[in-house]
Amino acid sequence: MSTVATDLALDVSDLELVYRVRGIDRPVLRGVSFSIERGRSYGLVGESGCGKSTAALGIVRYLPRNGRISAGGVSVAGRDVLALGARELREFHARTVSMVYQNPGSALNPGIRVGAQVAEAFTVLGTARKEATERAREALGRVQIADPGSVMGRYPHQLSGGMQQRVVIAMALAKDPELLILDEPTTGLDATVEAEVLDLVANLQAELHTAVLFISHNLGVISKMCDRVGVLYAGRLVEEGPVETVLQDPRHPYTVGLLRCIPRGGVRKDQGRLDTIPGFLPSLGASIPGCVFAGRCALADDRCHTEEPSLTEARAGHAARCFHQERARGLPRQEAAELDLAPIDRSETPLVRFDDLGKVFQQHGADIHALVGVSAAIWKGETLGLVGESGSGKTTLARTLLGIVGPSSGIVELEGRTLAPRFQKRGREDLRALQIVFQNPDSALNRRHAVGRILMRAMSKLAGVRGAEAERRVVELVDRVRLSERTLTQKPVQLSGGLKQRVAIARAFAGDPKLVVCDEPTSALDVSVQAAILNLLVELQAERGVSYLFISHDLGVVRYISDRIAVLYLGRLMELGPADVVFEGPHHPYTEALLSAVPTVDGGGRDRIRLEGDVPSAAEPPTGCVFHTRCPRRLGSICDETEPPLVEVEENHLMRCHIPLDELRTLLAAGPPPVSAAATAS
Amino acid sequence: MSSVASPAPTPASPTARSEARAARSERLRLLLRTPTVVIGTLIIGFWVFCALFPGIVCPYNPIFDNQLPTSISPSLDFPFGTDTNGRDVFSRVLAGSRNILLIAPAATLLGTVLGTILGLITGYFRGIVDDVTSRLVDAVLALPLIVTAILIVTAVGSSSRSVVVLIIGLIFTPVVSRTVRAAVLAETELDYVQAARLRGERAPYIMFSEILPNVLPLVVVEFTVRLGYAIFAVASLTFIGFGVQPPSPDWAAQINQYYTFIDPYWWMTLFPAIAIASLVVSVNLVADGIREVYER
Repeated sequence: MSTVATDLALDVSDLELVYRVRGIDRPVLRGVSFSIERGRSYGLVGESGCGKSTAALGIVRYLPRNGRISAGGVSVAGRDVLALGARELREFHARTVSMVYQNPGSALNPGIRVGAQVAEAFTVLGTARKEATERAREALGRVQIADPGSVMGRYPHQLSGGMQQRVVIAMALAKDPELLILDEPTTGLDATVEAEVLDLVANLQAELHTAVLFISHNLGVISKMCDRVGVLYAGRLVEEGPVETVLQDPRHPYTVGLLRCIPRGGVRKDQGRLDTIPGFLPSLGASIPGCVFAGRCALADDRCHTEEPSLTEARAGHAARCFHQERARGLPRQEAAELDLAPIDRSETPLVRFDDLGKVFQQHGADIHALVGVSAAIWKGETLGLVGESGSGKTTLARTLLGIVGPSSGIVELEGRTLAPRFQKRGREDLRALQIVFQNPDSALNRRHAVGRILMRAMSKLAGVRGAEAERRVVELVDRVRLSERTLTQKPVQLSGGLKQRVAIARAFAGDPKLVVCDEPTSALDVSVQAAILNLLVELQAERGVSYLFISHDLGVVRYISDRIAVLYLGRLMELGPADVVFEGPHHPYTEALLSAVPTVDGGGRDRIRLEGDVPSAAEPPTGCVFHTRCPRRLGSICDETEPPLVEVEENHLMRCHIPLDELRTLLAAGPPPVSAAATAS
Repeated sequence: MSSVASPAPTPASPTARSEARAARSERLRLLLRTPTVVIGTLIIGFWVFCALFPGIVCPYNPIFDNQLPTSISPSLDFPFGTDTNGRDVFSRVLAGSRNILLIAPAATLLGTVLGTILGLITGYFRGIVDDVTSRLVDAVLALPLIVTAILIVTAVGSSSRSVVVLIIGLIFTPVVSRTVRAAVLAETELDYVQAARLRGERAPYIMFSEILPNVLPLVVVEFTVRLGYAIFAVASLTFIGFGVQPPSPDWAAQINQYYTFIDPYWWMTLFPAIAIASLVVSVNLVADGIREVYER
């Protein structure tokens, strides 16, 4: 994608942008400058609230009513965007720039068929209706939709998330834009689908020579997709340069901190703590005399607090806004006390045991097999990680354990006792033993109740204590999850996402639970906050010997926190084994595909395998091995006809595959399988 | 934060603490900055004052007959003229808000409270309870409000104030419950409700302590919107002879008494009618403002 092109597709210079809140202009972007050459891609990273999306909206002048560009310039393909009149701006939006947002479901009109929506992208450009339909068909083909004809006749809700995002991309590219802005385009998608969409964008970009502005919080995605990257913090570009050097040799302490927060390199909870970035992002529009990051930087000295460092080049094309660039990589780590994680004794009765668990949902008269014969156990003090694409049954398994749904067959045991299928029939001891931390703390905490009230109630219901004793224990609990007592009088809306999640964790721990279900507890949080929450969960485990059932789509996180990992596909257990074994392999072909879909910061490393198509419907699962329709290592008719049993291929390692372990080991060493005919055709 | 002994993070920036309070005062400020809300509030305030202190505002006694010359058209002495019974129309209009201002809010309050409870129950439990009640609600909503009210008043055979309050309140109940139910349905999808169930909370606690506070803003909006309808309903019922006994001054009763003489005695009907309109419009102005501010 590196054709020589000198003209700039986007040039942003000293952009200052303010939001007017309660009568005061609050700076959101502070003198941001960067540019993108034609055919190149530029990534903007940073935590939420640092101004990434605002920058994108400012560039296309699509700001909310209280937003205003107060200084600086933006030009796209040589045209000064800020000088455009209303009519020219509309023309500019129609022909020159395209945006793709995070949620494709809300970017498409639910009441109009896909074909008509894509065709509209052409008719607004003046194409005749008949021709537009034909062009729409081509456009859908270009984004690798296998059967454009039938997709065009469908409504958006009948498509999977990945397909929807392809349709949106097809519409965005209809006008052959000078600049394509992608704002977290794959954040809501499964890793396997994300990989496909990213490949697609990369291919199309190479083909069309479109300049891409890629906004993401995920450094791995940026590393895969972009030529250059800019790191935003509090509305300031703190570091900028080629992706390789910025990520491999960062010169700003914030970039260093961000990179260290990510669990990677196969580190696990018993081998080390995660680094965090202490403190908080300055509040919106705060006036900061010195370096924007000084308040959270371990290297900051007096000069950093009073004087703003300028963007200085560390090497050609790579600049950082820091006085201590040379020392940035040596940013001191925080003192980490050794954690004493008790060894797991698997000779005892397991804490929780699933025995041949099945769950069938009725939907439109069809049977949806959400869980099929799942058997697994979790011991005291152990974390079982649960991975799989959406629809694989992860959540159903967790909900069955909690008794939110009753199993259709099989039983759940707690310490050798069969549990009542539904939570309504379980006693207080069972309720307190099994608790949950939800994904989204905004939804999990009652926004009208103060934190103190939330915790006191949990204390009285779960621990059965009231009055002064309950108050004492709530204070203890709050201290335990590293919140200050002051938090007790605050309402959730006054807390940041990470603090809210701490409150939710405190609530789950009020009754001293034996097992806590963690349902994507960090996926709504920024990486630095994620690291702190993971550290907290591990600390609580070391201290109280609690077990976790940990659901996450982030495999790095799962690997870090889990002792054993269960891989689910279409409600069936495909693989179950110790975390290292499952990750290092030899593993199930499905696990292999999941792992190779994840873009890493270190770049490359794994040979890539792509899964074709969507997960089959759970109403009509494929015959034989349910994975055979997408399996890159399919043997032949045996896979289509006979379902392989889940067997213990080595100690503690169970797998459901016809390929013997030794052969898998050889296959894995030999690299990815040849690309199948279906994949090349598209 | 990676060490057990590390200090606790600062829970929120110093400004965050006052944020919720700021949001409240921001709402109030927005309300007071909306001209329609201010005008509506002033007009309602004026009528409430008149209802409370008729003795202070009325230039003449609004009740006794034949104190003044009869049927004088509006003039400087009698700005709204006098009626056929020799009473000052201006005084009677000023004093005539009392009935409506007692019945309408009481009826609306009753309807809102009952409707909220019904909405919480149907929205939380769903299932059979919800299906049956929802169909009944549909049936009630299909009937014109006034006709239903007349039928019930006639059937009951009494038309005291409390009966009118009860009837309008009961008619409003399903309307309010439908709105509240929709909001409750959305709330029960949120995880905090699931969390409450998983710690063994009973349904009444979840409905009234967990969910109700979150739908309360909507209930407030619903109350103000219903109040406008209630004023209209009370006026209509009084017009056809329920609720108030003459000679007490009442706008709707006055219209009823004099509308047959509208030509040439238009002032006896027009001014009470304007008074009713002014109250309904002001309540709606305030309701719109509140709705806009809460639903932002």
